Amino acid sequence: MRAQELANLAHLRRARDLIDRDFARPLDVPTMAAKALMSPAHFSRLFRAAYGETPYSYLMTRRIERAMALLRAGTSVTDACMEVGCTSLGSFSSRFTEIVGETPTAYRRREHAAVQAMPTCISKARTRPVRASSRIREATPEASS
Amino acid sequence: MTIALQYTNITVNDVDEAIAFYGDALGLQVQNDVASGGYRWVTLGSDAQPGLGIVLSVPHAGRSQADGDTLQELLTKGVLPMLVFRSDDVDRTFETLRAAGAEVLQEPMDQGWGPRDCAFRDPSGNMVRISQAPPAPPS
Repeated sequence: MRAQELANLAHLRRARDLIDRDFARPLDVPTMAAKALMSPAHFSRLFRAAYGETPYSYLMTRRIERAMALLRAGTSVTDACMEVGCTSLGSFSSRFTEIVGETPTAYRRREHAAVQAMPTCISKARTRPVRASSRIREATPEASS
Repeated sequence: MTIALQYTNITVNDVDEAIAFYGDALGLQVQNDVASGGYRWVTLGSDAQPGLGIVLSVPHAGRSQADGDTLQELLTKGVLPMLVFRSDDVDRTFETLRAAGAEVLQEPMDQGWGPRDCAFRDPSGNMVRISQAPPAPPS
């Protein structure tokens, strides 16, 4: 692997770490791209090639994951939306529904007994949403046979 | 019958750079430095856990070019499994590593699932978490 490609991967990693750390703050793609020392368009393309989803999609998945935990704990949908860094309730709700498969209101109302019985470090990993379009997923039984 | 972990491996991009992080900054001691076929395997250890060797080597050491490339890519992307160390003073360990210029992922904080911990990237991209050890039982 060429030195430049490795250097790019390290820059992408730092940008991804920034998203994991600051997802609840207002964070846009130009800010993430600056962390990776790249132009926004180039950054988005390389990030997607490395991690299987665009930086904006990764940020929103991270926010929805955190919102799921807040909703399970009884936080209102509006408060959960604001607390994870989303400013528009409408786009939060539609993104949540797209990723989780049900509306935030329905998710909040539902029983989460099994998840609540887990230690939080396990539930965090087990409930992490995976996008259908992501290239990172489990192999299907057909694919492995 | 007893069973204990004796060696574990950490893949790094540059062994000397890793010694500065795991040895000089984190406080592990170099126990062995073996060179073979142009590569080095450096073993580190801690007095707090005698008998456990942590072996540093680069992705291509003992591997094909293709396998080494793949491992190096995963390492640099930061997606290899994390390492978790335990310190009897996590806040002081944090300050030492930060002062040494290590990349901070998370300042010390009390986690919902238990101990106080902090997190860094080592110079190669491995995630290194450090947990506060529980207080010693009164003797």
